[in-house]
Amino acid sequence: MSQFLEISGLCAQIDADGQDKQILRGVDLSIPPGEVHVIMGPNGSGKSTLSYVLAGREEYVVTAGSATFHGQDLLAMEPEERAAAGLFLAFQSPIELPGVNNANFLRTAVNAVRRARGQEELDAVAFLKMAREAAKALSMAPDMLKRNVNVGFSGGEKKRNEVLQMTLLQPTFAILDETDSGLDVDALRIVAEGVNRLRAPTFSALVITHHQKLLDYLVPDRIHVMARGRIILSGGPELARQIDQEGYTKFLAEVA
Amino acid sequence: MPAVTQTREAVEKLGQSSYKWGFETDIEMDMAPKGLNEDIIRLISSRKEEPEWMLEWRLAAYKTWQAMTEPKWAKVTYPPIDYQDAHYYAAPRKKPGPKSLDEVDPELLRTYEKLGIPLHEQAMLAGVEVPEGERMPVAVDAVFDSVSVATTFRKTLEEAGVIFCPISEAVREHPDLVRRYLGTVVPAGDNFYSALNSAVFTDGSFVYVPKGVRCPMELSTYFRINAKNTGQFERTLIVVEEGASVSYLEGCTAPMRDENQLHAAVVELVAMDDASIKYSTVQNWYPGDENGRGGIYNFVTKRGICRGARSKISWTQVETGSAVTWKYPSCILQGEGSVGEFYSVAVTNNRQQADTGTKMIHLGRNTRSTIIAKTISAGHSDSTYRGLVRVQPKASGARNFTQCDSLLIGDQCGAHTVPYIESRNMNARIEHEATTSKISEDQLFYCRQRGLSEEDAVGLIVNGFCRDVLKELPMEFAVEAQKLLQISLEGSVG
Ligand SMILES: Nc1ncnc2c1ncn2[C@@H]1O[C@H](COP(=O)(O)OP(=O)(O)O)[C@@H](O)[C@H]1O
Ligand SMILES: [Mg+2]
Repeated sequence: MSQFLEISGLCAQIDADGQDKQILRGVDLSIPPGEVHVIMGPNGSGKSTLSYVLAGREEYVVTAGSATFHGQDLLAMEPEERAAAGLFLAFQSPIELPGVNNANFLRTAVNAVRRARGQEELDAVAFLKMAREAAKALSMAPDMLKRNVNVGFSGGEKKRNEVLQMTLLQPTFAILDETDSGLDVDALRIVAEGVNRLRAPTFSALVITHHQKLLDYLVPDRIHVMARGRIILSGGPELARQIDQEGYTKFLAEVA
Repeated sequence: MPAVTQTREAVEKLGQSSYKWGFETDIEMDMAPKGLNEDIIRLISSRKEEPEWMLEWRLAAYKTWQAMTEPKWAKVTYPPIDYQDAHYYAAPRKKPGPKSLDEVDPELLRTYEKLGIPLHEQAMLAGVEVPEGERMPVAVDAVFDSVSVATTFRKTLEEAGVIFCPISEAVREHPDLVRRYLGTVVPAGDNFYSALNSAVFTDGSFVYVPKGVRCPMELSTYFRINAKNTGQFERTLIVVEEGASVSYLEGCTAPMRDENQLHAAVVELVAMDDASIKYSTVQNWYPGDENGRGGIYNFVTKRGICRGARSKISWTQVETGSAVTWKYPSCILQGEGSVGEFYSVAVTNNRQQADTGTKMIHLGRNTRSTIIAKTISAGHSDSTYRGLVRVQPKASGARNFTQCDSLLIGDQCGAHTVPYIESRNMNARIEHEATTSKISEDQLFYCRQRGLSEEDAVGLIVNGFCRDVLKELPMEFAVEAQKLLQISLEGSVG
C-alpha cells in the first residue's frame, strides 16, 4: 500500500494534572490522494486530538501506532516540517497573535514553506497581490490583512482567515476542524468553495464536522464516525445524512 | 517587511549562540595607569587640552563623588566594583586625519564591518563624499573607545548651523555653550554614577541645533567599548533651540570580556520653546555568558528637560545587552504644554539583570507624558520596571498614560513592575495599565503549523509584543532592533 495518508493503531495520551489521560485508543484511517474524508462523532471523542497529533502538537504523547504521509514517518517530523511537507490544519479555535500583522504573518509563513519546498520566496508586492485576491475570493474585508492575526476577529472572520491561510500555503493535505461551526449559510458556502478550489488529484482533506450542510457543498468520498478515541464506523456519503437525521446514539449503541 | 527573513539570516550567520560581536580590535592604545585620583583627572583634562574651568568642574565632581556611596535600592546584585582597578583613559594612537579610505586603519574598518556598519557609512567615517540617496542621510560620530575617531557629514550640518562633534572638541571650540548647559539637567552630584562620570568623562557627543532649524539628518553614534578594563564614561549634551528639532540615534555593541566592565554615561537634553528631541537607543552590550560572567555593567543617567512651552522630548530604547542595567531616561516637563515620551523594550535572558524605567516630572501646566514599557524576560533573568510619575502643584491639567507589559519566556525568570505615582495637583489625570503574559504553547504551535521554526515564531511573537515601541524607532534602527530581539532570545524556548 503506497498510500497518501496512513494511520494505523494510533494511540495518544496527555498529561492532565499529573495523570496520563488516554484520548486516542487505536485510530485506523487511510486516505488516498484526491479524496475528501469526513470525521463525525460526539464531542470529546478525540477528533481535535487526532488533528493535533497529525500536526505535531507536543503535549499529546503518541504511545502506540503509526502515521505516514507520502510514505514518510509523520510522527518523527517537527510541526514546521509537516507544514512544509504539505500538511495544513485549520484550527477549531484559531489563535490570536497580538501585535503581529496578518499580512506579515501570512507572508512569513508562505515564504517559510516555499523555502522549505525549494520554491522561490515571494517579495512583498507579489505576495500582497496574491493575498488580496485570495481574501477577495473569500469575501473578506480588505482590512483583515492589516489587522493583527485573529485579534478581535469575529468567529466567522477567524474561520475565513484559516481558509485564507490554507489557500496561500497550498497544502496537499488539509485538516479542517469544525471550520463550519458558527458560520451562517453564506459564509459556509464561501468556505466550502475555498476548499473546493484546492481540490485536485493530488490534494486530500480530512473534514471534521457535525453538519450535513457543509457536506452538501463539499461532496465527500468517505464518512468516518469516531467515538471514545476510535473510528467505529466508516461508510459512503449517505452515512452523514443518516447521522444528521438520527444522531449518534444509535451508532454508538451498535458498537457498544 | 521582511523582518523575519532578515532575522533568520542574522541568526544563521550566528552559527552558534555565542555573542556575534565578541571580538577585540588590536589597535595600539594610549592608556592611563589604573586607578582614580586627582592626578588622573588632571591627566585626562590635559590630554583633552581642556580649559581651566573644565578641570575645576571635574575636580569638584570628584570631591562630590568621594563623599557618596553606591546606590543599593535597585533590584540588581553584582560583586563590589573596585573603582581603583580600572583605567580611566584610553585612546587609539593619534594619527593625522585620514584623507581617503586607504588611509584609515584597516583594523578599524574591519571593526566597523563586524559591527555591521554599512559600507557607505564606513566611507563616511573616513570623510569620503557619498552621493545622497533617497533616504535621509545618517551622520555618524564614532566613539571608538574614548576618543571620537571620526566625525562625518560636518559640512551639511555646518551649513544648517548644526553643531555635532565630540564633547571634548566642544569644550575647546564652543566653551560658552558647553559651560552654559553642562550639568544643568544632570548635576554632578545627582547620583553616584553621574558624579563619577562628571569627574572622568572622556568622550561623548555634543549637539547644538540653532533656532528654527530642523536638523537635516539623523545623528548617529556608535558606541563601542574596546580597551580591556576601561570604564566608559561618555557624556552627551544635546541642546535644541526654539522651534528646532533633532533625531539622535545611539547604538552600540561590545567585544567579549572576561571581567565585568563598568559603563556610566550621562546624557543631558535641553529643549526650548516648540523644540523637539527624539533620542533613540539600541543597546546591545555584551551580556555575559550564560552564567552571567564577563558582561557589561551599565549604570546610565539620562535626563531631558523640556524648558520651553510646547517642547517635546521622546526617549525610545531597545535594551538587549549588558549583564546589569540601571537606567531611567527621564523628562522634566517644565514648559507649559510640553510633552515627554518614553518607549522602551528591555530584554533579559540567561543571568541578565535589568532595573530600568523612567521618570516624568510634571512641573508646567497642561504637560503630557506617555510611557510604554515592554519587558521581556527569559532564562534565569530578572527584570524590573521602575517608573515615577510626579505631578507638582502648579501642573494643572497634566496628563500621564502609562502602559507596562511583561512577557515571560519559560518559568525561571522574573518580571516586576514598580510604579511610583505622586500627584500634588487635583486636576492631573494619571492612568496606569499593566499586564503580564507568557508566550503560550498555543501561539508557538499555531505558528509552527504554518511553517515557522520555533525561533522564528518566538521572534514574530516578541516583535508583535514590542510593536508599539518599535514603530517609534527610525526605520533603519527598527530593522536592527528586530534582529537583536530575536538574537538575544535565541535558545530561550524548547
Ligand atoms: N489538553 C488537554 N488536557 C486535558 N484533556 C484534554 C486535552 N485535550 C483534550 N482533552 C480531552 O480529550 C478528550 C477529547 O477531546 P477532543 O479531541 O477535543 O474531542 P473532540 O474534538 O472530538 O470534541 C476530551 O475528553 C477532552 O477533554
Ligand atoms: Mg474538537
